[in-house]
Amino acid sequence: MADLRHSIRAGFLPLLDSTILVLAREMGFAADEGIDLQLVKETSWANIRDRLTVGHFDMAHMLAPMPIAANLGLNPISKPMIAPMALGLGGNAVTVSNSLFVAMTKQGFSGGVNATSAGQALARVVRATPSHRLKFGVVHPHSGHNYELRYWLAASGIAPDVDVEIVVVPPPLLPDALRAGAIDGFCVGEPWNSVAVEREAGRIVTVKAEIWKSSPEKVLGMTREWADANDEALSAMLRALHAAANWAGDTKNSARIADILSEPRYLGRPAALILRGLTGNLKLGPDRETQVPAFFVPHANAATFPWQSHALWYYSQMVRWGQVEKTAEHAKAASETYRPDIYRRVLAPLGAKVPGANSKIEGSLKSAAAVGASSSGLTLGPDGFFDGKIFDPDHVDDYILGQSRGNSPTK
Amino acid sequence: MVRIMFSAPMPARDLSIAIVDQNHIRASIIEEGLREAGHSRVVVISDMTAAARQISEVGPDVVVVDLENPNRDMLEHFFALSRALQKPIAMFVDQSGSDSVEAAVEAGVSAYIVDGLRKERVKPILDMAISRFNAFSKLSRELAEARSELEDRKIIEQAKGILMRQRGIDEAAAYKLLRSTAMQQNRKLAEVAQSLILAAGLLEG
Repeated sequence: MADLRHSIRAGFLPLLDSTILVLAREMGFAADEGIDLQLVKETSWANIRDRLTVGHFDMAHMLAPMPIAANLGLNPISKPMIAPMALGLGGNAVTVSNSLFVAMTKQGFSGGVNATSAGQALARVVRATPSHRLKFGVVHPHSGHNYELRYWLAASGIAPDVDVEIVVVPPPLLPDALRAGAIDGFCVGEPWNSVAVEREAGRIVTVKAEIWKSSPEKVLGMTREWADANDEALSAMLRALHAAANWAGDTKNSARIADILSEPRYLGRPAALILRGLTGNLKLGPDRETQVPAFFVPHANAATFPWQSHALWYYSQMVRWGQVEKTAEHAKAASETYRPDIYRRVLAPLGAKVPGANSKIEGSLKSAAAVGASSSGLTLGPDGFFDGKIFDPDHVDDYILGQSRGNSPTK
Repeated sequence: MVRIMFSAPMPARDLSIAIVDQNHIRASIIEEGLREAGHSRVVVISDMTAAARQISEVGPDVVVVDLENPNRDMLEHFFALSRALQKPIAMFVDQSGSDSVEAAVEAGVSAYIVDGLRKERVKPILDMAISRFNAFSKLSRELAEARSELEDRKIIEQAKGILMRQRGIDEAAAYKLLRSTAMQQNRKLAEVAQSLILAAGLLEG
């Protein structure tokens, strides 16, 4: 056992994408870097934010838009936050109730996870029953789930704030809310879609990896104050998490990871259920399975690199849905929340595959492509949006002007 | 955690307070404290499925929510939405009270407060909630300790019985044996008793 020079307390929510934090502790990657890593399971994102702010936590598993929202003044409590690392790509799905699934089937949906066909069928259901406003659950207003669900709905011709209603429900309660008919569908991270499918409360109809391939989800968030004062501990933690991500990316380890995550102090769900999201081998309903490519990516394709273009895309969606005003200062604050400079400074010397750029054009890679990197062998993408749109971080304002709040089929 | 959310002008009347807590005992302890302090308009909301509706009906000036509540994200979203509906507005931290914020999080309580309320009116309420939350935690800890002490005593009794049976010794001798083993191994008496019961179970099983 190495000498534990650093003591780090990190908060997390019981979700699949807490994987690399959990592995950093359980597989000894943190201890190897001299870190006594204490993980604290939390019950709400609000608690994560509050405990980070008052210093109970040094860092936390956070929804990627949360630290951005903090820096844009959207949080009730606000200290400057940074995100020096992402905690993987993808991992979410959209699940609908059994009755909505039947209605979508009647409108031509043949199952599977194709975002275009599922979206078109859903739009036809919405048009056919304008008097019934469908209700969808997400976990937080500043979440990848909220923005990707809205993106998918709007691109399918459904206005998220007019044709349907989007409500916030904590992840563990979503499957029951769906079963009880309190909501008609939801967008959430694993394992909660699989839990709903297992309870026969609903069916998965599309996934984040279909709506936007290689898309960002959670980050390692912390106050700028803590990062500035604890550079050594932060660097050690990034190295530990990088090693954990590398280990998690090896499919040989999936069964072991699922076992660890299944423990009550982590996800507390059966390993077999966790394995679905981990491997992308999803059960969509009682009678259908599918292998989703790159459903959840912990390491490959620079999955932990904090692309500033991801931060800017989230900003563009905050503007789109009226959460924040479009200003140059806001764009700058959003972009600078992500700290690829720290990531590169710490990990490039280890020979990690670190991208040379801080931003990339999102949606331009139709297939995986080798790119220039500090060490050879880095591939990125595919990173396409399902509607074929391109997000150019150098032209955020044009992108914002070009996006609508959805063409309402009923209005 | 202190937040400010509604912007309605405040008439000088008794503040209306909503306590959102699924723990009935804790909620009633806080309610009692507030009533003793002279607040008559206190509502306890423990059914989460109806929390948002009840809060809109009551229109409270102060909402107290426990940090264990998984519905905090939902409640905050509801507060933000209500802003869109032109009722309550902007939640922001009362920066002047960062000590109270820390004390609140420490105690496990969050509070959402109507914008425009003077700090002097709110602080006693928050302080009351914090102290009652702390008192409740202390009580739960003591209960848990009392429970484990009782458990320990039961385990020791059981271990003594096994020794008496196995070695044909009396109760005092069995207890002495347990105690000397614990002292030699530098372990708690209950631990030694527990492993003895386990071992006996294995041998007999």
